[in-house]
Amino acid sequence: MDLHIIGQQAVNGLILGSIYGLIAVGYTMVYGIIGMINFAHGEIYMVSAYLTAIFLALLTAFGLQSLPVVLFLTLLLTMAFTALYGWTVERLAYRPLRGSTRLAPWISAIGISLVLQNYVRISQGARNQGIPVLLEGKFRLQAAAGTVQITHVQVVIVLVALASMAVLTWIMHHTSLGRCCRATQQDRRMAELLGVDSGRIIATVFALGAAMAGVAGVLVTLNYGSFDFYIGFVTGIKAFTAAVLGGIGSLPGAMLGGVVLGLAESLFSGFVNTDYKDVFAFAILVLVLIWRPSGLLGRPEVEKV
Amino acid sequence: MKRWHGGLTLLLALAMGMAGTSRAWAGEIRIGVAGPMSGSSAAFGEQLWRGAQLAAKDINAQGGINGNQIRLIQGDDVCEPKQALAVANRLVDSDRVQAVIGHFCSSSTMPATEVYDEAGILGITPASTNPKVTERGLQYIFRTCGRDDQQGVAGAEFVVKRLKAQRVAVIHDKDTYGQGLADAMKAHLRTLGGKEVIYEGLTRGEKDFNALVTKLKGLRVDAVYFGGLHGEAGPLVRQMREQGLDAPLIAGDGIVSEEFVVAAGGPRYVKGVYMTFGADPRKIPEGKRVVDAFRAAGYEPEGYTLYSYATLQAIAAAIKATGSTEGTGLAQWLHDNEVQTVMGPKSWDAKGDLKGSSYVMYGWTEDGKYAEVQ
Repeated sequence: MDLHIIGQQAVNGLILGSIYGLIAVGYTMVYGIIGMINFAHGEIYMVSAYLTAIFLALLTAFGLQSLPVVLFLTLLLTMAFTALYGWTVERLAYRPLRGSTRLAPWISAIGISLVLQNYVRISQGARNQGIPVLLEGKFRLQAAAGTVQITHVQVVIVLVALASMAVLTWIMHHTSLGRCCRATQQDRRMAELLGVDSGRIIATVFALGAAMAGVAGVLVTLNYGSFDFYIGFVTGIKAFTAAVLGGIGSLPGAMLGGVVLGLAESLFSGFVNTDYKDVFAFAILVLVLIWRPSGLLGRPEVEKV
Repeated sequence: MKRWHGGLTLLLALAMGMAGTSRAWAGEIRIGVAGPMSGSSAAFGEQLWRGAQLAAKDINAQGGINGNQIRLIQGDDVCEPKQALAVANRLVDSDRVQAVIGHFCSSSTMPATEVYDEAGILGITPASTNPKVTERGLQYIFRTCGRDDQQGVAGAEFVVKRLKAQRVAVIHDKDTYGQGLADAMKAHLRTLGGKEVIYEGLTRGEKDFNALVTKLKGLRVDAVYFGGLHGEAGPLVRQMREQGLDAPLIAGDGIVSEEFVVAAGGPRYVKGVYMTFGADPRKIPEGKRVVDAFRAAGYEPEGYTLYSYATLQAIAAAIKATGSTEGTGLAQWLHDNEVQTVMGPKSWDAKGDLKGSSYVMYGWTEDGKYAEVQ
């Protein structure tokens, strides 16, 4: 097997995995704090793809010429708006049901995801949408008999994924917001007794997670160029799988799970068979969960007495 | 008390709804138009709906069918077999349609047509090309398009004789239509003495096919045949070009929509993409007036729009001639007679397939349009 093909498949997997990881972070943060899955998260990622196209068009229409400035502003605006979406989901689907059975918010979140999907379908149309190619160019690395190529957009994806993870980890470990998050995660009632507004913290976590999905939405839209209202479903499921694989509740775990999943899909598809790549990816998930039920980096749940 | 009132209102509404239904029976012929009106293939649903709509308008303007006006009822199956079954049952049981135009995706058409057949309702698909659609011995099911075993043959002939490709990849989307088409192409490729270097399926709904593309590149393929729809064909061809794989992509009629260009990320990526489709219905002289009418309304009648128009014409002709909407009579009449449509005269064989359907190869060009390959 040629070295450059293995290298190229690893690059493909790494990029796919970074995207999964960015979305998985949203799942894992929400789970870490309130122990529930935000089923509307995939749809927020889908919404962010549309927001990206809208902001790109708007900023260009306002006469902004410099591409880096346009992209950076688009990223910020998309993050801000998806954060707003995340906050709204929490307000509508989770907060009113806090304290009720565990299953109730799950169902309301599935409802929200259907609402978002159909809202976008009706307001934006069911057709594929696209953006023009903005970033071009690629790096070529010489490897044995051929080249491994990585486009500039793909480099940006990996860098932004790493940077976002670093920032998020820093927030969690070195700011008062992060301390409050961790306190809420460990014992919500105790944190409240000590003056932490847990309602506000949970809303912030939803918004932060959604902003990360927004980052993924911008990057994916730049990379693939086209999207429709249905992209949130498949990607959402994959990202959720990545979060579970890495250990749900763990930030580095989400990223690791994403990369493992992306590499598994890519390498299996590349060297064995594309038909069964998902089967292989999920088989890995099952195997990991058999030996490490809390995922690769997850901590086993401590029974509170 | 409040709840009881709600129930009463619902009952009243139901009763009124039923009254409305029964009143509508006189002087009106109800025809279902079913296809993916939403979802990633909604562009095709729009083609079916637009075609049928204009046909109904034209026929109604000329006094309808034996004095009865046509009323179209839309059914949205999102190209999902489960949804198609629900839509079919709804059209039959609650909308009480007398004939159906549809569906689009073969995987939806197959279960849905069983419902129509059981209810004795004429069902004509303008677009489902999987051979099995008419191979199940269903009495009331017809189509106004070709079959994938003809389409796949045309694709294989083009790849071998015109492109002279030696290393052919056959890719499909694991759906009834896509895989069926890919299988038909593969079978004929082998009878021509060729053999595919790879035969694999990708997942519908995904956008990242880079791993597959790298693999194709490693296999040094010189032509890629794809059985599937534009939602996946677009990203696939874009990623091929981005990775520097310039082999032509040949697909079937699942990408006959300008939306393919959007899905690919712009016209620059669609050069070198070919597809099989019936002789361009827009160029058939009988259809000129209808094509002009569509264009005047600001809609380009691409893809299956005129097929859908012709399908309603066939249904109307059968109802007019037999003076009834009863399925057995309509089906018998269509088997025995020729219908003048916007796409020229059409007649059907015993299975419900068109007699003499021909596929032509089209090529996409850098300006995002398609034209027949000479």
